[in-house]
Parts: sequence; C-alpha cells; structure tokens
Amino acid sequence: MTDAGVAARDGAPVIKCEALTLAVPGRVLARGVELEVRPGDIWAVLGANGSGKTTLVHTLAGLAPVSRGTVFVGGQSAGSRVARIGVLLQQEEATFWGSVLEYVLLGRFPRTAALFGWSIDDENASRAALAAVGLAGFEHRDYRSLSGGERQRTRIAQLLAQDPDCCLLDEPLQHLDLRHQVAVLKLIDALARGRAKAVIMVLHDVLWPARVCTHALLLHEDGTVECGPAHAMLTRERLERLYGCALREIAADGSVFFAPV
Amino acid sequence: MSRPLALGAIFLAAAVASIFIALIAGPFPIPARVVVDNVLFPIPGVVHDIIWNLRAPRALAAFACGGLLALAGALLQALLRNALADPYILGVSGGAALGALLALVTGAGAALMNLGALAGAACAISIVFGLSFRSGEWDIYRLLLTGVVLAAGLSALVSLVLVTAPHVQVKGMLFWLMGDLSYAGSPIAALTVLVTGTTLAAGAARGLDLLSLGDTKARSLGLPVKPLQITVFALAAVATVAAVMLAGSVGFVGLMVPHAVRLLGVTAYRWLLPLSVLLGGAFLTLADTVARTLVAPQQLPVGVLTAIIGVPLMLWLLGRRRLSS
Repeated sequence: MTDAGVAARDGAPVIKCEALTLAVPGRVLARGVELEVRPGDIWAVLGANGSGKTTLVHTLAGLAPVSRGTVFVGGQSAGSRVARIGVLLQQEEATFWGSVLEYVLLGRFPRTAALFGWSIDDENASRAALAAVGLAGFEHRDYRSLSGGERQRTRIAQLLAQDPDCCLLDEPLQHLDLRHQVAVLKLIDALARGRAKAVIMVLHDVLWPARVCTHALLLHEDGTVECGPAHAMLTRERLERLYGCALREIAADGSVFFAPV
Repeated sequence: MSRPLALGAIFLAAAVASIFIALIAGPFPIPARVVVDNVLFPIPGVVHDIIWNLRAPRALAAFACGGLLALAGALLQALLRNALADPYILGVSGGAALGALLALVTGAGAALMNLGALAGAACAISIVFGLSFRSGEWDIYRLLLTGVVLAAGLSALVSLVLVTAPHVQVKGMLFWLMGDLSYAGSPIAALTVLVTGTTLAAGAARGLDLLSLGDTKARSLGLPVKPLQITVFALAAVATVAAVMLAGSVGFVGLMVPHAVRLLGVTAYRWLLPLSVLLGGAFLTLADTVARTLVAPQQLPVGVLTAIIGVPLMLWLLGRRRLSS
C-alpha cells in the first residue's frame, strides 16, 4: 500500500455522474452528486447508516433507476456495459448449491465465449481469481461449507473473474479478519495501480481510506455530498460531521489515524 | 470421464433397461429374446399387439411423465430458490385435480376428464401468474406464497368433492389423486413436450445457475432476470400439466429426483436438468412396472410406489458420506 493521492489520473472517465439524485422509494437521500472516476482511482464512499452508500453503488451499477441526473459509463475494454462494471453486493439473498469453482465461474457470464457451459479461458480466469484471494485448492469445496470470510473472498474472486474496468464494492472487508483485510486491500491497490482499474468502495472504517484510497465521497445525513482527493476529504472536522461523533487524531509514523474519543 | 458424463451414461442405460423391463414384465411374461425380435422386426400377432399397443405406450408414458415431473421440479427449485419446491407447489396439480374430479362427478369419460384437468390447471396457472404479476413488482416470494395459498384452497375443494361424491366414484378419484398410469393415453404429446422442454431448459441453464445468486447479482451480470423467470415458470407449468394429464398427480419424483442428482455430486443446471429427466423417467417407468405386476391382476396406483421405492433410496443417499468430487 502506498500513500493516497499519487495515482496518475489519466484516461477518460470510467464513470461520470452529473447532478445525480440518490433516492429510495419515498425518500431522497442525496442531491447533486457530481462524480468523475478515472482508471486507477480508488474511491472510498463514506457515510452513516442509511445515508445512501448502497443506493449509490446500485445506481452506478444500473441496478437502481436513475430518477434525476445522468450516469455515464465509459471504459476501455471491449464488452457490454455489464461486463465492464462489476459489483460486489453487500448482501446476497440466495444460497448456492454447487462448488466454489462453479460459483466463481458465474462471474464469467458477461464475458464467456461459450454457448453452453464454460470455456477453458473462463476456467483459467476463475482458477486464477481464486488463487488471487488465497483460495487456491478450494475449487471443489462445497460453497455452503465455507466460512463467512471465505465466502466473502469467493465473492471477490467472482468479481475478479468477471474482469471489469470498474469495480463497485459494497463493504468489501466485511467478515474478513485483519490479515485478509490487508490482503484484499493490497489486491484492490494492485488492480488500480497495476491494471488501471477504477475502484469505488463503500467502507465503514476510517482507518483504511486514508491509507489506500485516492479519493473519497462523503454522504452526509442532511443530503449534501462532498467529494475530492482523499487527503482533503479525510479530515477530523469532516469525519466528525459525517458520523456525528467526536474523533481523536492520532499521529504515528508520519500518518494520521482517527479513533472515537 | 467427468462425473456428469459418467452419470449420464449410467442413467441412459437405466432408462433403456427400465423400458425394456416394462416390455418384458406383465401378467403375460414375454421372454427378453422375443421382445428384442419384436422391437427389431415387428411381426403381427398377439405378442406384437401386447408389446406395441399395451406395454410400449404405457412404458413411454411413464418415462415421459417421470421426466417431465423431474424437469418441472428442478426448474421450480431454481426459480423459487427453494429446495422444497416440487411441480405441484404453485397449485397446478390442485387445479388439475379439481377439474378432473368435477368432470368425473358429472359422469364424464376419460377424454373429458383430461379436458377438465387441463382447464383446471390452466385456471390455477393464470390465477397464480396474474396475481403475482399484477402489482408490477415481480417478486419470487410473492409468486411462491400465491401458489402455496391457492394450492391449499384447491386441496380443500378437492377434499370437499371427495367427501360429497358417490361411493362408487371415490376409488377412481383416489387413483387419480395418487397418480395412476392405467388410463394414460398416447405418450407422443408428452414426449414432444419433454424433449422440447429439456432442450429449451438446458439452453437457459447458465441463467438458472445465475438465478441462485439472487436477482440483483444476476442482473448485475447482465442476465435478463424477469423474462427468464417468466419463461421458466411457463416451461415448468407446461411440463407439469403434460405430466398430470397422463397420470394424475404422481408425487415424490419431481421433488426428489433433482435432489438425488445433486447428492450424486452434480449441481450445475446444464447437467442437472438432462440427468434429472433421465433419472426421473427411468425411475417412474420402473415404479409403474412394479405397480402393475406386484399384485397382478390388480393394479396399484404408481404414485404410491414412487414413494415406497424412492424413500429408502433417498434416505440411503442422504445418509451416505458426502462425495468429495
């Protein structure tokens, strides 16, 4: 992991929002969201419970209707819009009856060239994705036999197998122990820096954004939105206002950390 | 050889064997050699008539019925994401049963009884589909609940018909309700539905796998969730109606055969669907042969035997150590 805000911002935006309103039925959560996400960016989406973080992810992914404003999806690779945008959902409603490999292969659905079943390419991409999240050797395990953290990593592997230009991650670190949180963040960092992927992730933590993210988007409870480079957004005043609780600034090894008072 | 292909070979052999046994066995046993000769070189005569006019249509009807029920069961388990879904969960059999029984009460013949079953099933399907679709918000949970509620109501009406019907008719009604192939007509229509349905369903199999991730994730991967769900519902309904019109409501096959295939280590729908069809067909053909020979000349309703034969098999599969594939 490296310092925030140094990734080169080149290339056309992968996602661009103009005057976007975030709303759930019966309630407007945020107005006037202006967002430009470029290849190599890692965005943190922060906000209190119910402030619209998940709604933002769903709206950007095209899973929730855009009532006002526009969402533009770019991206460099070939493939349909759904292939270029990958989503890690916060919750999955369903249980999967098959093996871990079969589960990861489903991520290849928008990319596969096979008409029936999966191609060798799909299988190779899926095995590589499992190896990347440290689950090599789990291919033939029953998905239901995995622990919560292993399931979360399998779901991340499914997203990696999809190979999108833009990853929308809703709480990617949930259920993960500290070691795997670090491993997943390293993986995300490598995706953005090494492969010029754009990443937008909802986080609940004020420790990680300052260390991995280049940008941050704050969804305040009063419906206002602030976004910009991480170092400008992640200040004590802003975060105190965001979470409505007093924070303490701790400086160590040249970095600043926030902890509740 | 991969496991799905190995199972496919075994189930195919079982299907052929079950039909062969159905041609041999009966109150007038025909030696295997004679059956082979007659299948390869049909010679007119009594044996030819027994094989081609009596046993072959019934064996094929049993196979089609079992295959259709297994197909419908697997499709509904995928659609409703519910392990306990069976072909009758959405009230199709309840509607068919009520239609058939009402036709029987009015003294109608077999043909009209089939028509009654078809009308009843069509009504049930339209009600379930209409009600769960009406709000505009298509929701699988709503579909499931609507179906189960309607099925409960129809089952009460069927009981009402049973207790008020004249005594002489009740036995025929019970046979219909338990599932019985004695009066099965020509299996050609059902076989056509079976082959077409299995092909269509296998073509959509990757989509069925994706549905198990939940609607939102499936949509995010570009699956047209709603059209697929409606297609799968329609396919399952047609398969169930075709099966019910041949044999009444045969239980157990549609619920358990897909699970048996899963317990044997195959879960991806592109394999699970054809394997379930083969296993369901072979199983019901075998069960029907037992049903008509066990206490011959009396015939038992095949629906009773599916459970009597199937339950121990299923319990054995469940109790076995998990396969490490």
